[in-house]
Amino acid sequence: MIATTLHALTVALGILGAAFFLAGTIGLLRLPDFYTRVHAVAKCDTVGAGMILLALAIHVAPHPEALKILLLLLLVLISSPTCGHALAHAAYDTGLDPWTPPAEEET
Amino acid sequence: MTAFFWGLAIFLLLNATLCLWRAFAGPTVLDRILATNVVGSKALVVLVLLGLAFERSLLLDVALVYGLLNFGVTIAATRFLETGRLKGDWQP
Repeated sequence: MIATTLHALTVALGILGAAFFLAGTIGLLRLPDFYTRVHAVAKCDTVGAGMILLALAIHVAPHPEALKILLLLLLVLISSPTCGHALAHAAYDTGLDPWTPPAEEET
Repeated sequence: MTAFFWGLAIFLLLNATLCLWRAFAGPTVLDRILATNVVGSKALVVLVLLGLAFERSLLLDVALVYGLLNFGVTIAATRFLETGRLKGDWQP
């Protein structure tokens, strides 16, 4: 019973993480500006990788490898938002203008 | 469960392949760095999945080093873009 629940939890978290990765990919390809792209990608990558790594840690749980996967999860949770912030800061510092929606005709 | 890991890994590799388009066509250098970072973080998850599918715990260590290198490369590239150099004190 518990094993079935853990398997279901692993599959659910894995599919949710994959959905977040897909959202990040679509955002990276479709959004109009660097700032919006880094906004989409940083969050989706953090949450997607975090969910999949959490699912794998649950899957191997009694084994000590789970600790290593949790260490990887901690690394992703620290490094991915830092990378996003550094990229956006570098873009702002080098004078990249944010995208503004094209002016609509007043009727 | 191994089949689920394989499916997840293949899905993530397809996503990374799509992200390569942004690395190829990005209008700015930062877009390319961002796309490379995204591909790297997907590759980290794929390495963990393959390590569990093949039952080789060595691949978990490889994934750890991969994540650290990915982080370091992105920070170094952005710092080089901001200050124009890689050594010395922070002088924007």
